[in-house]
Amino acid sequence: MAADRYAEARDVVRILRRFAHITGCTVRIVALGVVALAAGCATPTGTVVLLPAQDGHRSVLSVSEGGREVLLDKPYAAAETTTQGPRGYESSKAEVAKNFGTALAAQPARLQRYTLFFNEGNDALTDESKATFERVFPDIAKRSVPDIVVIGHTDSTGSDQLNDRLSLQRANAIRDEMIRRGIPAADIVAEGRGKREPLVKTGEGVAEAQNRRVEIIVR
Amino acid sequence: MTRSHRILAAAAVSLALAAGTACAADIGQVKVAKGSVTIERGGQSIPATLGARLQQRDVVRTGADGSVGITMSDNSLLSAGPSSEIALDQYSFDPTTNDGRFDTKLSKGTLAVVSGRIAKQSPKAMTVHTPGATLGVRGTEFVVSADGGRSVR
Repeated sequence: MAADRYAEARDVVRILRRFAHITGCTVRIVALGVVALAAGCATPTGTVVLLPAQDGHRSVLSVSEGGREVLLDKPYAAAETTTQGPRGYESSKAEVAKNFGTALAAQPARLQRYTLFFNEGNDALTDESKATFERVFPDIAKRSVPDIVVIGHTDSTGSDQLNDRLSLQRANAIRDEMIRRGIPAADIVAEGRGKREPLVKTGEGVAEAQNRRVEIIVR
Repeated sequence: MTRSHRILAAAAVSLALAAGTACAADIGQVKVAKGSVTIERGGQSIPATLGARLQQRDVVRTGADGSVGITMSDNSLLSAGPSSEIALDQYSFDPTTNDGRFDTKLSKGTLAVVSGRIAKQSPKAMTVHTPGATLGVRGTEFVVSADGGRSVR
């Protein structure tokens, strides 16, 4: 259809050319212009490219405008955005590196996650978790602008309200220890997720040691 | 207006200002900054230095020699190439429930995104607007430009 319009436009320009002695190059540009006008001027505004996820999760992105939608659901699936809606195409690693190299080079360092478990019956860390805790400090030291999120979790015994409080207490205890070890308080945030994010899925009211834990996220 | 009224009024204004400061919570932090990078906040332009904290409605701009990398409180990563403009239009995040809302606008330039806890919790909670599209971010990594189409680059 676009080709038909191009041919049509070329004929129009050929006639014009007889009168005005326009060059061949101009003919092509004018013909393209007429095609664009015929198509309602879908001016390109940008591009969107889905990338492979470094954490292995599946990525999906919806690109929409003016009632049109393109769903990007595999690596390098792409869309050119225009004033009249997106058009899908296949991009590549090389094209992304060329067009987005500087933006990608400025990406902050990925976060690192450390998980700490407690002994049954008391609030002390297990021996393995004590060793894990020690690895957090060199990781913080090597980052130029470190910030740390300490997230407490509980098992499924007790109410949401109780577990939200308990998980935050657990996180705060680890945060306090990190501050005591010299990490600036302003750089550490403590959060409690209660029983919402179990490591081991259980029914309600199950005492599960693997779910009583604290995550330290260094980013 | 009596003297005591004036003092009361002044006290009310400072309380309002203090509340404003408390409400303007940090939503992210500049982790990488190269060349010229500025943050526009409430009509003022401040340099985006390493470690600078960001707030809702901030607009981040990079110069022709600039690039910037930002980590948001929900673990999202945003990074922009040269001559770019990103508006952090709306951001809310409850770290206990992971519920939130994250709307960004890219007016020009290039942006690389890795989505975080907000998008993971709800596939409709994170959007990026560009001059020609609305991106619904269900996860997780992508790049987007607002500098014309494929052939322009």
